[in-house]
Amino acid sequence: MPKDAGIGASSKRREDARFLTGTGQYTDDINRPGQLYCHFLRSDVAHGKITSLDTTAAKSAPGVVAVYTAEDLAAVGGVPCGWQVTDKHGEPMKEPKHPILAEGKVRHVGDPVVAVIAESLDAARDAAEMVALDIEDLPAAVNMADAINGGATVHDEAPDNICFDWGFVEENKQAVDDAIANAAHVTKLELVNNRLVANPMEPRVAIGDYDRARDEHTLYTTSQNPHVIRLLMGAFVLSIPEHKLRVVAPDVGGGFGSKIYHYAEEAFVTWAATQLAKPVKWTSTRSEAFLSDAQGRDHVTTIELAMDAEHNFTALRCSTLANMGAYLSTFAPCVPTWLHGTLLAGNYKTPLIYTNVKAVFTNTAPVDAYRGAGRPEATYQLERAIDMAAREVGMDPAELRRKNFIPTDAFPYQTPVAVQYDTGDYDATLTKAMELADAAGFEARRQESAARGKLRGFGIASYIEACGIAPSSLVGALGARAGLYEAATVRVNPTGSISVFTGSHSHGQGHETTFAQVVAEMLGCDEGAVDIVHGDTSKVPFGMGTYGSRSLAVGGSAEFSIEKHYSVEKFRFFDRKQLTGETITLFYAALSG
Amino acid sequence: MATVSMTVNGKPVSGEVEGRTLLVEFLREGLGLTGTHVGCDTSQCGACVVHVNGASVKACSVFAGSLEGAEVTTIEGMANSDGSLGVLQAAFREHHGLQCGFCTPGMIMSAADLLARNNDPTEAEVRHWLEGNFCRCTGYQNIVKAIMAAAAEMRGAPVAAE
Repeated sequence: MPKDAGIGASSKRREDARFLTGTGQYTDDINRPGQLYCHFLRSDVAHGKITSLDTTAAKSAPGVVAVYTAEDLAAVGGVPCGWQVTDKHGEPMKEPKHPILAEGKVRHVGDPVVAVIAESLDAARDAAEMVALDIEDLPAAVNMADAINGGATVHDEAPDNICFDWGFVEENKQAVDDAIANAAHVTKLELVNNRLVANPMEPRVAIGDYDRARDEHTLYTTSQNPHVIRLLMGAFVLSIPEHKLRVVAPDVGGGFGSKIYHYAEEAFVTWAATQLAKPVKWTSTRSEAFLSDAQGRDHVTTIELAMDAEHNFTALRCSTLANMGAYLSTFAPCVPTWLHGTLLAGNYKTPLIYTNVKAVFTNTAPVDAYRGAGRPEATYQLERAIDMAAREVGMDPAELRRKNFIPTDAFPYQTPVAVQYDTGDYDATLTKAMELADAAGFEARRQESAARGKLRGFGIASYIEACGIAPSSLVGALGARAGLYEAATVRVNPTGSISVFTGSHSHGQGHETTFAQVVAEMLGCDEGAVDIVHGDTSKVPFGMGTYGSRSLAVGGSAEFSIEKHYSVEKFRFFDRKQLTGETITLFYAALSG
Repeated sequence: MATVSMTVNGKPVSGEVEGRTLLVEFLREGLGLTGTHVGCDTSQCGACVVHVNGASVKACSVFAGSLEGAEVTTIEGMANSDGSLGVLQAAFREHHGLQCGFCTPGMIMSAADLLARNNDPTEAEVRHWLEGNFCRCTGYQNIVKAIMAAAAEMRGAPVAAE
C-alpha cells in the first residue's frame, strides 16, 4: 500500500517551489554591497617557467583596485590535501606544495598566476590583458606512461613523477603471484578509465567577505560541504579560527564530486576580502571550469583473473596508473587506493587479491573523486575481466558469475581486501535481472535485428558499492585527515514545529524533502512541521557534507538515531509541549560493518 | 554607454548598458532577475533561455542594447498572477523533472515556446526541441515526461496513467 507521508512516500519536493519560479539562491545570485570582482589570469601552457611578470599597467587600468601574484601570498599556506596515503614501503606520499597562485612555475593549462580585482568584471578582464607575463615553455608530461619513464618532472620532490606506489594487501602479493603463475587459465586485460570533466550545470563561484569591526570572515561558495571548507581553509591555509569563519553554501547547482574540494579560488577571495575589507566575488566561466575544476577517473589498468580447471576464480591481480594531475586535490590519493582496492572482491569469493597503484603527477588539471570515485573503476575492471574470461573459456558470462558468487550461507563474509559484507544474495538478484531483461528471448531479438542490418548485444555487470565514507575511526586509520562523521541537531520549537540542523548539504538530492520525511516518521508528526536547515556553518555547528552517497546512510542515521535515545512516544503531538525548547544534538560516528 | 528601454515580465524597464552587455547580464545584474542562469560561454547549454517578442532566445547570445522596445519574458514571469505554478511548472514538480534546478528555468522557457507552437508534440519532437538545453542531473527522462504531461493538460486531453 503506497504511503502518502513519511519514509517511503512519494512526497513532492519542497525545493521545487523556488527552482521552478527562478527564485533559488545560487551563489552567483548573491551580491554583497560594495563588492569587487575577481578575474584570474591563467597559464595557457601545460608546463613552464615564469620568466617575467609585470603587473604595473594592469594595476593602473580603469576600475582596478588591486592585482595580486604569488609574492603577495607569501604568508598564506598552500591548498592542502585531505588524505595521506602511505606507500608499500611505509613511506608517506610525496606532497608538493599547491600554491594559491603559481610560484615560479606553471604546471597545467589553467594554473592561476595573477588575480585582478576591479569594480566590474569587465574592468578586471580588460586589465588582465595588460599583465605582462612571460612563460618559458618546458616539456610537458601529459601521458602517464611517459611521465614515469623519463618524462618531464612536474615537481622536484618527485623526480620520476610518482606520488606514491601503493600495494594492497602487500602481505598477499606473493600468494597472488604464485596462484596466477600456476593457474589453469589467466585472463589479462588492459583497460583505460578515461578522464572526465564533471561539468555540473552551475559553474563554481566564490565570494569572500570580511567584517573588519568584528574580525569575521565569510565565504559564500558553491560547495557540497561548507564545513569541510571551513576546516581546510581555516586551519591549513588562512589560519582563521572556526568561530571567526563562516562558510555558506546556498543552493548549489550540481556537484558530482567536483564541488567537494577546497579550491585555491575560495582561499584567494577570502584572503583578498580581508586585505581590501570589501567583498570579492569570483565566478567561473565554463571554459575556466574545464581548466580548473577537479576532473575524474584517468586510470590505466592491467587486470589479471586466474581460474582453476573448473573455472573457479583463484586469484585477481590488478596494476593501475592513477593520474593525480599537477597538484594533489583534497581527496585524490584515496580514490584509486582505498575506494578502489577494497571493492576488487566484487560479488565473488576470489580468495586471493592484490592490487598495485602508482599515483602519477602530470601537467594536467588535478584529478579527484567523481561520481562513484574508485568504485566504478573497480567494478568496470572486474566485470570486464570476467566477461573476457567467460569468452575465452567458452562459458556463459552469467553462469561464470553464478559459479563464483559468494554463497548466501557465507555471510558475514570477510573479503581478502579488508571489507566485510554483512549480507547478500547475488544469485537471486542476477536471476531477477535476467528475467526482467528477458535474457531467454535475447537470441531471437538478436537475429531479428541482424536481419535488419543491426547489431544487438547483451551485457551484464554485477556489482557491490561502498558508500558513506565513514566512520571516522576507520577512515582516519587509512589516512583521512578529517573525521568523516555526520551530525544532526533536532530542535523542538515552542509552537511544536521541528527544526533539523544537518551537516549534510543538498545540491540536487532533495534533502529538504526527504530528511523531513525521515524525521516526521520518527517523531510521528506532519512532514510540514519539519524544517531542514543546511549549508551554513553559522547555523549548523558541525558536519562533513554530501558526497559518496553518504547523506541518507550517515546523515539520515544521525537523525534516526535520536530514536535510540528518546522513545518515539515522547514526541507524540501532545507530549511535544513537554519538550519545548529542548535541543538534542547527536554525533553519529559509526556505521557498523 | 547607452540607455535601453524594454518591457520585462510586463513591466517597463530601462537601464544603462555597454555595447557588449549581454541580455543575460542586463537581466541578472541590471534588473536583479537572477532566475535566468549562465551555464556556459558557448551558447550551448540553454540555462539562459528567455522569450523575446514571443520566441525563445538564448539571453547569452543577444546584446541588451539591441532590444529597444522589446517584450521580454523570463522564468520569473511564468507563474500565475496569484503566485501559483503555471501548468508547465506544475508538471515539472509532479513528474520530478528537476534535481539541482539550475537548468530548470531554461528548460521551462524553452518548453513553453515549443508548446506555444505545437500543442501536441511527439516525444521525439520534444527531445529534438530540447537539444539546446543541457541537464547534468536528471538524464532528461522526467523532463520529457513533464513536458508531455503539460501539453496534454493544456489540450484538455486525459492524462495517461503512470
